[in-house]
Amino acid sequence: MDVDRIAASNGRAKRPEDGSSPHTVDPVIELEDVTFAYGDTVAVRDVSLTVEAGDFLGLVGPNGSGKTTLLHLMLGLHTPDEGTVRLFDRPIDEVDDGSRIGYVSQQATNRGGTMPVTVRECVTMGRFAHVGHGRLGEADRRAIANAMETVGIVDLADRLMNQLSGGQRQRAYIARALASEADLLALDEPTVGVDAESRDAFYALLDRLNDDGITIVLIEHDIGVVTDRADHVACINTELYHHGDTESFVESDALADAYGATGQVVHHHHP
Amino acid sequence: MSGGESTAASGDATGSTRDRRRIVELSGVAVTALLAAAMIGFVLLYWAQDLPVAGGLYAGFRSLGRGMDAAFGTNVFRHPFMWQSMATGVLIGVVAPLVGVFLVHREMALIGETLAHTAFAGVALGFLVNAVTGWDGPLLLIALVVGIVGALGVQWLTERTDAYGDVPIAIMLSGSFAVGTLIVSYGRGLTGIAIEGYLFGNLGVVTVEGARLMAGLSVVVVVAVAATYKQMLFITFDEQAARVAQLNVTGYNTLLVVLTAVVVVGAMQVLGVILVAAMLVVPVAAASQIARSFRETTYLSVIFGQLSVIGGFAVAIGGELPSGGSIVVVAIAIYLLAVAASGFSVRAISAHG
Repeated sequence: MDVDRIAASNGRAKRPEDGSSPHTVDPVIELEDVTFAYGDTVAVRDVSLTVEAGDFLGLVGPNGSGKTTLLHLMLGLHTPDEGTVRLFDRPIDEVDDGSRIGYVSQQATNRGGTMPVTVRECVTMGRFAHVGHGRLGEADRRAIANAMETVGIVDLADRLMNQLSGGQRQRAYIARALASEADLLALDEPTVGVDAESRDAFYALLDRLNDDGITIVLIEHDIGVVTDRADHVACINTELYHHGDTESFVESDALADAYGATGQVVHHHHP
Repeated sequence: MSGGESTAASGDATGSTRDRRRIVELSGVAVTALLAAAMIGFVLLYWAQDLPVAGGLYAGFRSLGRGMDAAFGTNVFRHPFMWQSMATGVLIGVVAPLVGVFLVHREMALIGETLAHTAFAGVALGFLVNAVTGWDGPLLLIALVVGIVGALGVQWLTERTDAYGDVPIAIMLSGSFAVGTLIVSYGRGLTGIAIEGYLFGNLGVVTVEGARLMAGLSVVVVVAVAATYKQMLFITFDEQAARVAQLNVTGYNTLLVVLTAVVVVGAMQVLGVILVAAMLVVPVAAASQIARSFRETTYLSVIFGQLSVIGGFAVAIGGELPSGGSIVVVAIAIYLLAVAASGFSVRAISAHG
């Protein structure tokens, strides 16, 4: 692992003042002793961590370390075998307001590359949790227009998703989350296959949204991006090796420990 | 309407091209809706022909049919049973693509084929029950029940095995057909079973009850899809995100396979067990080639489905050929035209996911 690079980014971490400021008690996600296995293969063991409102949490770890599984546990896509998950201060299975969570999955798990769906149709899906079986109203249309404006895809509104570049497509998914007026944004390796320039623009956008108060949980394989952008880092390899502000992560040995433990790496499932 | 036209033109011109395209599509959908409503009207009139007002209207319909026969030089439209078949066909042309548009983009195209084979086992079972008990129950109703049970079975299997792998679907497909052949062969000793009509599709197979069932089922399917279009679209496009948005994904998936079973049972009278899946898939594949949004895909699928049915009927009546094969061949001709129209830029629908 590129430890030099992390050392180099030491001190450049965003909002270092966060490290010294006391945590306000406003948890968005709370995991307590969470364990989850696919059959006999344990993917996440005994993880406890809290994400607070306004946090920008980077989730790092080697391939097959259970990052995606942990994110799925946070969002209720998996039910833990042991331990508890609370979202928005409620037990996860009682959370019914899906509009508060914006989820950008790995590119491979959705049909953005094949199905004939326009950017506008994709962003409109963000309002479906609000309107149920009813019709979209004026407020919904305004939220959709604002979301497309924020991420800069107004001129792409009538284009098909499968004709966009990777970066444009990911911005459309972000717009979908913004249209739903989500206050929690969960992203699973959103910039795989996106060119470097669009990646920078994409992460600048995430920074701006975070500054506006949106809580962000980001899985990213590029540690440099995480230490540059996130204000908290959780480093996992089945077990949680470190969770804290970015500075403490950079100073710790968590990364070397977690990546050094790849000998016991569990097989990574993509359900 | 080629892409070249719109890139060369100014913003205004592309806008008006899009508007014209939209008008053509919406009128196509409107004509289809009117036709479907007229056909449901005929089925209802036939049912109510002994009532005073309906009787007069029904007589008017019959004379319209005789007039059409005279105009086309055919011996088709004067017969009420032909209208039953045509009504069934027109309704299939609406509901099959409407359900298929979600199935195709979920890479579940083969589920229609599977449920058709399950429904075939249902028809065979119905023949057997009727022969053994002497009870004259409607075959299609039994097929519908067996088809829905099969749909829930497929859903149950896919939820508990690898997500939407095609293995449970293949097992269900061959398994239910195997059961069907066993029942047919066992029952042949008891009755002279005329099951070929259900295998290959035949205009003559459509009964009065069959047409009524199709009319009822069509209303159910159209209402259900219209009410859940948004949720179905979201789940089809990004199932995980839909789950995170707290949509009842399992519930909508179940609804979709049950609707598929309903469409398949209605459609197998005219198309036959073996060909019924084509109407779920081919018009949608054609529409996906040239559509510029998902809503447009839905509209075009229904329009192409309707053109296939009407064209197929024309071929079947003109050439005295089976209706199922004729409809599917016309549908595939439309698909090839759509591929050509999209400049041979074949966008694989399910080649990669």
